Amino acid sequence: MTVDTTREPAIRVRGIEKSFEDLRVLRGVDLDVPAGSVLALLGSNGAGKTTLVRILSTLLKADSGTATVHGFDVTTAPGDVRRSISLTGQFAAVDDVLTGRENLVLIAKLRHLRNPGAIADEMLDRFSLTDSGARKASTYSGGMRRRLDIAMSLIGDPPIIVLDEPTTGLDPQARIEVWQTVEALARGGTTVVLTTQDLDEAEHLADRIAILRRGTIIRNGTLAELRELLPSATVEYVEKQPSLEDVFLALVGDPAETAPDGTAGAGKDLG
Amino acid sequence: MTTHVLGDTGNLTGRSLRHVLRSPDTIITTAVTPIALMLLFVYVLGGAIDTGTDESYIDYMLPGILLITIASGIAYTAYRLFLDMQGGIVERFRSMPIARSSVLWAHVLTSLAANLVSVAIVIGVALLMGFRTGASVAAWLAVAGILILFTLALTWVAVIAGLSAHTVDGASAFSYPLIFLPFISSAFVPTGSMPGPVGWFAENQPVTSVVNTIRAVFAQETVGGDIWIALAWLAGILVVAYLSAIAIYRRKIG
Repeated sequence: MTVDTTREPAIRVRGIEKSFEDLRVLRGVDLDVPAGSVLALLGSNGAGKTTLVRILSTLLKADSGTATVHGFDVTTAPGDVRRSISLTGQFAAVDDVLTGRENLVLIAKLRHLRNPGAIADEMLDRFSLTDSGARKASTYSGGMRRRLDIAMSLIGDPPIIVLDEPTTGLDPQARIEVWQTVEALARGGTTVVLTTQDLDEAEHLADRIAILRRGTIIRNGTLAELRELLPSATVEYVEKQPSLEDVFLALVGDPAETAPDGTAGAGKDLG
Repeated sequence: MTTHVLGDTGNLTGRSLRHVLRSPDTIITTAVTPIALMLLFVYVLGGAIDTGTDESYIDYMLPGILLITIASGIAYTAYRLFLDMQGGIVERFRSMPIARSSVLWAHVLTSLAANLVSVAIVIGVALLMGFRTGASVAAWLAVAGILILFTLALTWVAVIAGLSAHTVDGASAFSYPLIFLPFISSAFVPTGSMPGPVGWFAENQPVTSVVNTIRAVFAQETVGGDIWIALAWLAGILVVAYLSAIAIYRRKIG
């Protein structure tokens, strides 16, 4: 997971604002994602994570501000952006009627690649789906659907992958499979942005963590940098190092939500 | 990107044709209702209906039955488009570098193919039931052309329904009035037999001119002005529905 700082950022966001009617979802987001890094975008429900990644993948237009992906502006060069970034949404976007292999072949054809059949077979192999390749996607388990979904996003080797809550609703085994996929992507040099509410996931996978709160990025740094934000006094009460969850809750939690003994409501459901 | 419009549309059409082939019941259900109506009208009601012509009743009513077939077939187009929009798959297509319009065109072409198969099945049954025409190849092509135009016009109406519906039922419910429309037209009984306002409506709604045109072509009679009225109606519906559907699609995908 080496981060190449000499390249320009894979994603650069400046002052992005977006409202739905009178609900201001994004209120001036600034964010750089270094090429080849894994960034976790953390935030509670409704913090604007999905809105931000949809703007980056040209599915939504920002009201103001600029965003470039792989050097291309999302507003003026949406076609180039779509060639550079691949979004895996919250709900597995696979065609249930088609088989796993047909799903992959279709995407390879739509990406105008040669040998779509060979590409599909390679992906099935890479995601341990070869045995189920001839079965309809509707018969797949949740974890298999997610793997197929991510495999479809990876066809054509886009340099940037966005995973919007990739493990939401998955059982622990399927979650580990997705984590391994993300780790493999990072080793291969792909820039990965993943949104999550799961602090353990962010801590486990990400090089950098950006916390989205009420429409702005309130903190952005490595896990070590974020840990330093907690007052050292906490250390006396906590046997292990403060987890990212402690940091997160201390940063975003309202005082009323924080337990008086400084345990920062660990384990509380963030939903 | 425009250079890929045809290829993208072709690939996406192949996809939704697979959907149809894997649920052939959609083609069969589309054909069953019109066939049942045909049996009912020919063997039960037809004997009491005076069409004022000496042609056999099945020859008289087949054009209307074909329009009912198409009107019920396009409900599945709205249904398939609605399901696509609900799932994440259209979102995926939109986030990829493919021609934007190809998503809708794929559904339209699939609708055309599925409806032509249903229509062919209904015509096959009609032939077994005694439908006869001396129509030439050119006349058959003319009928096919009118039915294709009718399917395209109604399919774009179905696209509007599929894009704007909030429930599966809503996506297909719009087709019920369309299926009913041929009954208040010249499809089954002459419009002259209907009371004043109903007769006026029947005489001036689009189905009547389309039915009269197809009936005249099959019977090798002169078509007269009906074909121009029919073409004007169909072209008008096609253009308005197409522009509305595209506008709704653009707004939806913002």
